[in-house]
Amino acid sequence: MPRIETAAPEGATTKVEAYKMANIITIENFSKSYGKIQAVDKLSLKIAAGELFGLIGPDGAGKTTTMRTLCTLLPLEEGHMHIAGFDVHRDVASIRNILGYMPQRFSLYPDLSVAQNLMFFADLFGVPKLEKEKRLKQLYHFSKLEPFKDRLAKQLSGGMKQKLALSCTLIHTPKVLILDEPTTGVDPVSRREFWQILRQLREEGVTILVSTPYMDEALLCHRVAFMHKGKVLALDDPRLITKHFPHALYEVATPAPQLLAAYFAKEIHSQSAQVFGDRLHVSFAAPLTNEMITQIIRSAPQPISEMRRIEPGIEDTFMELMKHS
Amino acid sequence: MSDYAVQTQNLGKRFGKFEAVKNLDLAVNAGEIFGFLGANGAGKTTAIRMLCGLLLPSSGSGRVAGFDIYQENEKIKQRIGYMSQKFSLYEDLTPAENIEFYGGIYGLKRQRLLEKRAALLEELGLAAQADMTTRSLPLGFKQRLALSCALLHDPSIIFLDEPTGGVDPEARRNFWDLIYNMAQQGKTIFVTTHYMDEAEYCNRVSIMYQGEIIALGSPQELKRKFGKASMQEVFIHLVDR
Repeated sequence: MPRIETAAPEGATTKVEAYKMANIITIENFSKSYGKIQAVDKLSLKIAAGELFGLIGPDGAGKTTTMRTLCTLLPLEEGHMHIAGFDVHRDVASIRNILGYMPQRFSLYPDLSVAQNLMFFADLFGVPKLEKEKRLKQLYHFSKLEPFKDRLAKQLSGGMKQKLALSCTLIHTPKVLILDEPTTGVDPVSRREFWQILRQLREEGVTILVSTPYMDEALLCHRVAFMHKGKVLALDDPRLITKHFPHALYEVATPAPQLLAAYFAKEIHSQSAQVFGDRLHVSFAAPLTNEMITQIIRSAPQPISEMRRIEPGIEDTFMELMKHS
Repeated sequence: MSDYAVQTQNLGKRFGKFEAVKNLDLAVNAGEIFGFLGANGAGKTTAIRMLCGLLLPSSGSGRVAGFDIYQENEKIKQRIGYMSQKFSLYEDLTPAENIEFYGGIYGLKRQRLLEKRAALLEELGLAAQADMTTRSLPLGFKQRLALSCALLHDPSIIFLDEPTGGVDPEARRNFWDLIYNMAQQGKTIFVTTHYMDEAEYCNRVSIMYQGEIIALGSPQELKRKFGKASMQEVFIHLVDR
């Protein structure tokens, strides 16, 4: 696959160069409220150049508010934000030049074709004529959308719309990408494909800030911040973030896990009992002895074929942290 | 005469030369939780629209809630509930107003509607937010409100279109508790979802690919058949070509 070039745009100032090796995005004590609702509460984050950083959390966590403020689309009222050395409050034009932003709701023109959408965004960002042809060719290869270039955007499947929207954000070769829930509502296969594209971009040196409600996507990032109700619950390498889960976790195999959830919560007094697909995850303050496990299985109202200790996952950890927030 | 809640034989839909759905054979029992999976563009939405009485098929036959899909599609619309979490509610109306609106559309008698409205607001814990616009509610509340509105006319079959998208993990599980309760009351539930752990909560699932069902069975059956440990792996195995 041809390289997607991410050279700094013409006229880059020394500010960009100076921050190349350091933190490219810094957020300090950012807060935002909408009337009585505190959407974001004293958020502080630093994202290094070339990092793939995930904001993980459900709707209403404050992810979109944070991203839109970073992109200069919402006024920054409390706190500080810098991208590549530029101040989000003051240097709006400079930031918009180096940023690529993909909003949650599609920004495509449904009645324009794939090719027309790309040309439109190329013109909007003032991509020079010679660059345009080259860039389009690269993006077609990258997105595999060339066979569909004359199809209207509204006729594309969800996964294809995502790829087109991403291509439109890349048209001016931004150094920093901000993607707001790019995979929501997309099937698991297309989601995987999309993340493969993101990983490839990261290898090309692009810094990516991406948000998602899908907990399993956290593992694909360098670092993640769990967000809930405007606050950061934890910030770490996703492989290490599970250390925030304080209890001993067990996986219970039983034909109808939801029927046993109440048994564990009320009779066994587990710290938590959550259904995970076809299993039940139960946690205890301290690890259980084999005798205790045998006793639990024996007295359970439903058959248990297996009960074993497991390492907590991202979703287990997130749910536990949510409880204490 | 079959007792199936939803039954189709060779159902198909063509748009010009394009076959959006073909050979659709379904037999869903009352009280079943049926997961309708597939990639975007596989034909799920077209299939669901036919089952809801919103779109006439091009070929094949079907009955939903005992009514013929061609001749009695208006009756089907009255007997089913449909919930699309992101688009069902009017954001500028309060929760109470949304309930009144949907109650009106479904032809509930005034008295019954007022009773239901009071009961629902109580049950959903929305009494405090009675004067707030729906837009300002947290997503978990909106989701349960949308479901309640879809249930106002006590339908026997309910279609849930990605009901838990973007919602926090706890609210997702709470929502599925509601789904189980409905199934136990004998309601038939069709649900589409991209969360593969939710596919595991269904009695049976079907996976659509390019207009056709390429797999149908209980999650256990499908995992065994394809030698995979999870529905996620089954899906990827079948759809990733």
